Amino acid sequence: MSWLKRERAGIKGTKTPGVEVPEGLWTKCDGCGEALFQKVLEEHLWTCPHCGHHFRVPARTYLGLLVDEGSFSERDAGLQAGDPLGFRDARMRYPDRLKAAQQETGLKDAAVSGVATIGGKPVAITIMDFFFMGGSMGSVVGELVARSIERAIDERRALVLVSATGGARMQEGILSLMQMAKTSALLARLQDQRLPFLSILTDPSTAGVLASYASLGDVILAEPGSLVGFAGARVIRQTIGEDLPPGFQRAEFVLEKGFVDRIVPRQRMRDEVSQLLEFFWRSTRGFARDGDGSPHAFHPHPPAAGGGVQAGPGSR
Amino acid sequence: MSAWLDFEKPVFELEQKIEELRAQAQGREAAAQLGELERQAETLRREIYANLTPYQRVQLARHPKRPYALDYVEHCFHGWLELHGDRHFGDDPAIVAGLAFLDERPVMVIGQQKGRDTKENLLRRFGMANPEGYRKALRLMQTAARFRMPIVTLVDTPGAYPGLGAEERGQAEAIAVNLREMARLTVPIVTVVIGEGGSGGALAIAVADTVLMLENSIYSVISPEGCASILWRDGKKGPLAAEALKLTAADLERLEIVDGVLPEPIGGAHRDHAAAAATVRQALRRHLEALSGVPEEELVARRLQRYRRMGVFRDGAESPA
Ligand SMILES: [Zn+2]
Repeated sequence: MSWLKRERAGIKGTKTPGVEVPEGLWTKCDGCGEALFQKVLEEHLWTCPHCGHHFRVPARTYLGLLVDEGSFSERDAGLQAGDPLGFRDARMRYPDRLKAAQQETGLKDAAVSGVATIGGKPVAITIMDFFFMGGSMGSVVGELVARSIERAIDERRALVLVSATGGARMQEGILSLMQMAKTSALLARLQDQRLPFLSILTDPSTAGVLASYASLGDVILAEPGSLVGFAGARVIRQTIGEDLPPGFQRAEFVLEKGFVDRIVPRQRMRDEVSQLLEFFWRSTRGFARDGDGSPHAFHPHPPAAGGGVQAGPGSR
Repeated sequence: MSAWLDFEKPVFELEQKIEELRAQAQGREAAAQLGELERQAETLRREIYANLTPYQRVQLARHPKRPYALDYVEHCFHGWLELHGDRHFGDDPAIVAGLAFLDERPVMVIGQQKGRDTKENLLRRFGMANPEGYRKALRLMQTAARFRMPIVTLVDTPGAYPGLGAEERGQAEAIAVNLREMARLTVPIVTVVIGEGGSGGALAIAVADTVLMLENSIYSVISPEGCASILWRDGKKGPLAAEALKLTAADLERLEIVDGVLPEPIGGAHRDHAAAAATVRQALRRHLEALSGVPEEELVARRLQRYRRMGVFRDGAESPA
């Protein structure tokens, strides 16, 4: 994985993602400063075996950690950003910035969408990628999330959204802002349909994304130490003219304040998500369209989940 | 008056000259001179205000004399009764909310309220709401829906308040919940951006069936200064960022994000509060009337559709790039 090395060394976008890194390369941990071999890191799912620091990982890596092996089938992979504003900043045009990010990450935009199973339960999933323009949400990310919500409704799947983002994408201006309304409005429909939505917050989960779908999960799980907040720390410091308390806007702080349900280490994430889905699966008799007419009935033998790559849930 | 913007000054000075002349001068010669000056002023006004740069619009949107939410409340409605508090934590004066009549129709009015002076802004935080402000707004919008009252929201905020307490009390959650819940309110919602539409903090009271903007208002994902400090690494490049962000009312109409632009009195809404409010009142009347017959389910479905279609992208699956 070239991104780790690149991040440490501060080298910008020279490596193609997916190129094998020779064994023996090491990375210094941001948490404790310990030198970690690439292979050791990988074995620990990109967390530090000494201090537990969670490294940021690309969307496809996270996908591999979360869904059942071989169950993922990508959807909407062809979506590409336009340039509705003809945006140009001090250094480059937005389309050029996109192209650079695409070359660097091998992604079309800052998220990957599809269907999969987790613990055998069918999910519609979108995972954000912080390495693509800071995981910013523009029209494509908004559309990927929107289509995942609709897919969850159409195919009776649970919705899983994994955030890794600095917020809305400035280069698409007001259209980025409107993705917040678009996704949140669709989540009202998902709620009406009694389909579970698990929101997973990784480092960082901030600003416009946190102020829309990321905060609306039926259950919100956060990775330890991840930055979770609305406004930037620098802006807050300027506004209030004081230093911020230690641990401010970290997942543990946000848990204490009551805005996430659980802090879940990466090693436990798949299991906890599976366990949560099991509860919802049983209570709805397999994410059924209409419950079964008796909302409080207990079903000792829920139907088996689809399990296959593209199989729909066996709810009917 | 220090409240005049740089580009307003020539007009203001000419107008002052006219006033002085009018006060002193008499006779035909003076009248001719007055007429000439007034023609000059008119031409100057037209030239300046027809060719405003985006950043000049930003300045007008933030003009300290611009009518604020409560000014529109005073001019557009009657019987205003303000209601307070989110029922959980406190009352946030950065958002005002209450009942009023628009003609004979009871409506719920929600607005971000800036302060006129330093003391008032200490209280209202320049219209930047805390979570309890957004929760008060939602509480009262839901009350309105229960009693079949249309909702009018007036947007005028630099953004949600970036404070320690705001974060502790869930600023992001408060905004997110408003976005989701406004999407399913079963009564008509009309939003007017009257000044600054600052990002998520504005959107949190602006998920509506009809969204209108005053001619010199702005609506943006980030302030031009904030954008400039990130993408230009220089907060003083705000004018460049303002241009790039396409944040004027005309831009937003072109991008099909808003449904209409309301003209302001020449020189801007601050030149004539009553005239600006009259335009707003008329628009509210018209749009609420148009929405009043729509069945609840259709209203909610249409509102969802309004936002569902927003976004610009290509689908490579359909036409490979
Ligand atoms: Zn470490």
